[in-house]
Amino acid sequence: MLTLKSISKTFNPGTVNEKKALDRVSLELADGDFATIVGSNGAGKSTLFNAITGAFYVDEGRVILGGEDITYVKEHVRSKVIGHLFQDPLKGTAPHMTIEENMALAYLRASTAAHAYFSRINGREKQRFREQLALLDMGLEDRMKQPVGLLSGGQRQALTLLMATMVTPKILLLDEHTAALDPATAQKVLALTQRIVAERKITCLMVTHNMHQALELGNRTLMMDGGRIVLDIQGDDRKIMTVDDLLQKFKDQAGRQLDVDRILLS
Amino acid sequence: MSSIFTLSILQSALELGCIYALVALALFISFSILNIADLSTDGCFTLGCAVGAIVTMAGHPFLAFPAAMAAGVCSGFVTAFLQTRMGVPSILAGIIVNTGLYTVNIAVMGFSSNVNLFGCDTMFSLAKDVSDAAWYGSWHKIVIVAAIVLIIGVILSWFLNTRLGLSIRATGDNEYMVRASSINPVFTVTVGLCVANSLTALSGAILAQYQKSCDINLGQGMVTIALASLIIGETLIGKGVILGSCLYRFIVAVALRMSVPAECLKLVSALIVAFAISFPYLKGKASFYRARRMPAGIGGEDGEDAC
Repeated sequence: MLTLKSISKTFNPGTVNEKKALDRVSLELADGDFATIVGSNGAGKSTLFNAITGAFYVDEGRVILGGEDITYVKEHVRSKVIGHLFQDPLKGTAPHMTIEENMALAYLRASTAAHAYFSRINGREKQRFREQLALLDMGLEDRMKQPVGLLSGGQRQALTLLMATMVTPKILLLDEHTAALDPATAQKVLALTQRIVAERKITCLMVTHNMHQALELGNRTLMMDGGRIVLDIQGDDRKIMTVDDLLQKFKDQAGRQLDVDRILLS
Repeated sequence: MSSIFTLSILQSALELGCIYALVALALFISFSILNIADLSTDGCFTLGCAVGAIVTMAGHPFLAFPAAMAAGVCSGFVTAFLQTRMGVPSILAGIIVNTGLYTVNIAVMGFSSNVNLFGCDTMFSLAKDVSDAAWYGSWHKIVIVAAIVLIIGVILSWFLNTRLGLSIRATGDNEYMVRASSINPVFTVTVGLCVANSLTALSGAILAQYQKSCDINLGQGMVTIALASLIIGETLIGKGVILGSCLYRFIVAVALRMSVPAECLKLVSALIVAFAISFPYLKGKASFYRARRMPAGIGGEDGEDAC
């Protein structure tokens, strides 16, 4: 589904702040792959996501999504088929618009016809939004006319997830989307993520600092360091791997300890 | 005191209030929704007034309105183009366009600084002939402008709930969300500013016919006045932008009646805007000082001591 062919990105080239954020990264994700990504701060995880979403164009290499070369496709065009969740739950929804309006926006983004500019949400679609909200089990279906700014962080992140997957994306990018939530809510949002991804067989990349999550969720674990993917574990290797093995592997590859200030080992 | 609130004051306040309400609606789009302070409003208002006056003078009182709106769209497009495609900061883009419009406006008026419409058919003079009823003679202007504002208001509220309208609202509300959804901010900002400026110009054209003249300095301070209406409408009466505009006109009319010289009005509206915008901030400050002055143990419960 997603193919990255040796992509590189250097920020502030030719200055003292020059930073090689991505260094010839290649990656092949099959349809329905769910890969977790771990790595220390500044390893290039978020930069990798931004290269895929088109927040910047890569210096070299190709980005291919669903067989289509999107290396130089504009960000807002790509995002029709890419779902992106941020760590900050406030980033995914418009606070002064109602739940219903936010969902309408997410729903309408799929329609590409010119006349769709003036299309509105009808009663049947409202009913569908209601049913989907009910699945969250957060009581949001009775608050559809309320502005999203009144919701809690967890509720907003769950809503963002619903919006990002309302029209099934070709790839879903999760950038530590549960890290800013309290443990109970994080668990709930994570369970919801797993269910939606599994039901619709969405290809998915997820950054996490939780080493257990990195090994338990999905079917692949990638480890990044210094702008490169240093480790790609899947299949039987992954099934028998423990957190200690993972840390040891990182040490072997990167030649140093994984910095642990934000890493969760439990 | 009763002599201050005469019927004719109320009447002219309502008429002017409805006309200027269109500018307040325009700023509602650019300032409240898109979060852009569009400083080209002054020039755009005069542009609408000038185009409206010239087209009316040519004998097309109704064509004057779409013509003025088209001129407003062009002005809005230039402002949007400067800030979305040329990297000009939005406030500067408005100032640049405003400066340029001065020359454009003078040119539209045939290089004279004012134009008179006496003796020309206007929408108001034509509408007056429709009925001979006594009440209609004195109230027909209000009926017309109120109808126009109402229609524009309905269209606008419909528009803001379409896909395009929702995208424009999201653009000003959350830039991260806009980047992650398939909204093109260049496009939504451009459409938003075009719509806003077309309303500003329409307001100018109606005013030209209402007062049967157009002056090059007519639009000066329009941004401030419209912001005053917008903020009065939003803070005092919930969401009523139109009511806010009427209320502002009423305050102005009463002030004039109480022999405040007309030259001081701009200063008065500047003070109103400055006060209205800083009001929420000052309110927060005041409650902070109140809490601080309270003896410990009463006010400190939920304050900074919480950590």
